[in-house]
Amino acid sequence: MNIDRQFSNDKPIYVQLVQRIKRLIVSGALQPGDKLDSVRDIALDAKVNPNTVQRAFSELERTGLVYTQRTSGRFITDDVQLISDMRQELATEEIEMFFENMKQLGFDDAATIKMVKEKNHEHS
Amino acid sequence: MSILNCENLSKAFGRKVVLNNVNLSIEKGRIVGLLGPNGSGKTTLIKIINTLLVPDCGSVRVDGLELGIETKGIVSYLPDRECLPDWMSVEELIQFYCDFYEDFSKEKAERMIESLNINIKEKFRKLSKGTREKVQLILVMSRNAKLYLLDEPIGGVDPVTRDYILSSIIASYNEEATVVIATHLINDVEKILDEVVFIKAGEIILHDSVDNIREEHNMSIDEKFREVFR
Repeated sequence: MNIDRQFSNDKPIYVQLVQRIKRLIVSGALQPGDKLDSVRDIALDAKVNPNTVQRAFSELERTGLVYTQRTSGRFITDDVQLISDMRQELATEEIEMFFENMKQLGFDDAATIKMVKEKNHEHS
Repeated sequence: MSILNCENLSKAFGRKVVLNNVNLSIEKGRIVGLLGPNGSGKTTLIKIINTLLVPDCGSVRVDGLELGIETKGIVSYLPDRECLPDWMSVEELIQFYCDFYEDFSKEKAERMIESLNINIKEKFRKLSKGTREKVQLILVMSRNAKLYLLDEPIGGVDPVTRDYILSSIIASYNEEATVVIATHLINDVEKILDEVVFIKAGEIILHDSVDNIREEHNMSIDEKFREVFR
């Protein structure tokens, strides 16, 4: 499991870990049923406090994306629908952020959509 | 349950007040940053907990015990300067610690020394500064203590050594032990901390979890520190 070691300053590290692991799951880098690395291994790998990793895992368990099997460790959910929902949620967040950033540059939603369409045209 | 409890602790050297009515309680299983600029009282506080200094007033309890021989047995201390007999070889130092501390794991120390390719037969004083720092840390972390007090463990070493030292602190972490790291190099340690204690001119001005500080102020501990101590 490869977790980027760079963390931004404006958010708690556990929140950033949750976001990264969600992305690994949604992108398929972590497959349904895959076993997650142990708290200690991730802590050592990302050079963060073990309690921070623990908190991130609890958060992921709360969403159902990750579950604990008492003796054998933590696994990614087999619930493909749940993963697909999460993908949708992350995509919506991205789009909202994109429109927000465009607004700051002075483009309203209509102008932004028009630009995206033109750009899309260039690509195809 | 708290592993460390300081109540109304004060200490002055002559007229200079170094600690002023310090109250501090730290739980088990935490990695805590004791952060403050040079001369803020970090080392004095650590030395008191380690019974190298006697406070003018106030009390300290470690794991519920009054300071004394018993607490020395459960506190593992890394001083801010070298204090090992430097004519000894690394091997002899390991034996020295082993003789001194019941909770010392010779096996762990030897394993860590080997993993760093340090020559165990070499005399301590012949090692480079970075390697001496590593050896000192290995000796301290090879004890199975309840409270580790590390005074500037990453001062004056290169970034690779710094990484190694931080990794060994994470690797040695267990739920029963607390690690207190006194430093002013906040950026380097903040990712491995659960909570921070800001100490300014002998007084504790902030004690909170790292997550809370980031959540409430949307800034890193390093940024918060610069704001508070500007």
